[in-house]
Amino acid sequence: MKGCIFNIDAGYLEGLCRGFKCGILKQADYLNLVQCETLEDLKLHLQGTDYGTFLANEPSPLSVSTIDDKLREKLVIEFQHLRNHSVEPLSTFLDFITYSYMIDNIILLITGTLHQRPISELIPKCHPLGSFEQMEAIHVAATPAELYNAVLVDTPLAPFFVDCISEQDLDEMNIEIIRNTLYKAYLEAFYDFCKQIGETTADVMCEILAFEADRRAIIITINSFGTELSKDDRAKLYPRCGKLNPDGLAALARADDYEQVKAVAEYYAEYQALFEGAGSNVGDKTLEDKFFEHEVSLNVHAFLQQFHFGVFYSYLKLKEQECRNIVWISECVAQKHRAKIDNYIPIF
Amino acid sequence: MSGKDRLAIFPSRGAQMLIKARLAGAQKGHGLLKKKADALQVRFRMILSKIIETKTLMGEVMKEAAFSLAEAKFTTGDFNQVVLQNVTKAQIKIRSKKDNVAGVTLPIFESYTDGTDTYELAGLARGGQQLTKLKKNFQSAVKLLVELASLQTSFVTLDEVIKITNRRVNAIEHVIIPRLERTLAYIISELDELEREEFYRLKKIQDKKKIIKDKAEARKQAALLAGQDLANAANLLDEGDEDLLF
Repeated sequence: MKGCIFNIDAGYLEGLCRGFKCGILKQADYLNLVQCETLEDLKLHLQGTDYGTFLANEPSPLSVSTIDDKLREKLVIEFQHLRNHSVEPLSTFLDFITYSYMIDNIILLITGTLHQRPISELIPKCHPLGSFEQMEAIHVAATPAELYNAVLVDTPLAPFFVDCISEQDLDEMNIEIIRNTLYKAYLEAFYDFCKQIGETTADVMCEILAFEADRRAIIITINSFGTELSKDDRAKLYPRCGKLNPDGLAALARADDYEQVKAVAEYYAEYQALFEGAGSNVGDKTLEDKFFEHEVSLNVHAFLQQFHFGVFYSYLKLKEQECRNIVWISECVAQKHRAKIDNYIPIF
Repeated sequence: MSGKDRLAIFPSRGAQMLIKARLAGAQKGHGLLKKKADALQVRFRMILSKIIETKTLMGEVMKEAAFSLAEAKFTTGDFNQVVLQNVTKAQIKIRSKKDNVAGVTLPIFESYTDGTDTYELAGLARGGQQLTKLKKNFQSAVKLLVELASLQTSFVTLDEVIKITNRRVNAIEHVIIPRLERTLAYIISELDELEREEFYRLKKIQDKKKIIKDKAEARKQAALLAGQDLANAANLLDEGDEDLLF
């Protein structure tokens, strides 16, 4: 019954998404890519996969940035196709996914405006998934206050701004803190939205988002050691929708070094495993790599269940990881730095 | 160069003295310049070996830096633009100093850090460690670049100065000194010539005098033979009259 109702609106798109998922590169494809001597070889191998002739019109010599741009372009086209065919509540869900890119774009535009860069220069640098109508209007705002009143209140991101950032903050706060505050608000809103949809979507998405929230909290804590970020400010950046909330976050807020963070993670079985596998030696995987691997496995698990929206989110995230993997391998090939070429994160 | 190439100067004792002094000056100058050229050459070689060393190191460091950029991009995604928009002023600046080698001022660049990191919290949410590594790698690359720039500038300046000095040394050695020597030889030969002429003139005069003297002698002899003793002829003036006393 549940599947029947789900399929009325989203069945086609889910099928489409699962079809796209089959195009994600397999381990065998990666093994082929790693063997490449030049970027031309890489292009040839990619032609044999689902990417087809996406690099066919590029003049040689091929650069890594062109590959990056083309990969992203393809992903954006696929995602926008899904978005254009969706109806409520899936369309809202997909919009929510794009908000994270919007945050990045807004941050970029605000920084540019504060430093008086021409807006026409900045627009092409924005991520296409995060573009929105009001983006072009940002240039009318000369001061941060105007920016806030005239532009930001109309964007889909307005609710996130309202909660956490006041007019004065735009002027004084470090841009990276604004970004993380926004992201925190966004994650919490997304979490609530998924809860509200309920059923399998809630099961799958809440787990992924909770992990995302915890990962941010842990990484922010580790990265803030030795910077000017105070413990109070740091605590404000923790998204409060993860498994660490509230005890773990309180403990993280008090942490002074890596060992204390590790001690906090010991209380949570899944994070403990991640911390144990991570090392700071040359050959070891870093903590972030471990987190990436865990994220990928969560996203892959999302495909095990049917009739839920998580597949769309997971597909986008997996595809992004794949783009990064391909770019990484291309960089290694281009720079002839083969020692670390195997550090990509396999998906299947 | 033809042997006729010499200073247009009148051959005289005074001119000879002058040219001799100039020759001595030129030789002294040649010695000094040669010493300078050698000193510069030593420095030049040193810089050259340092440049080679730095360049080899540079290759590795730049490779490492470029690779850490790739690593950071892998974890953080595209952060280029945000960083670009955030930067307002240079953090590493250059101060120029001067070094003196054998009278040549060589510019020496020195890098120093001005102010703190403008974008310290970059990659707070993800990739912070990679970014720190990236910053460190590029900082060392920039420092090396500055060092290399300083060496290269010194290299170019020194190269020019060495060329000029060598040109001077060669000019003095192969043009000025030979010309002075030729002039000196010319003067000496001219003076010798004059001396010989003078000698010949004196000889000639002596001959003439001798002939005149011989002739006079002959005449005297003839007169003597004729009975006139010119030498013992009474002098009209010596014929003393008795003083008349009144």
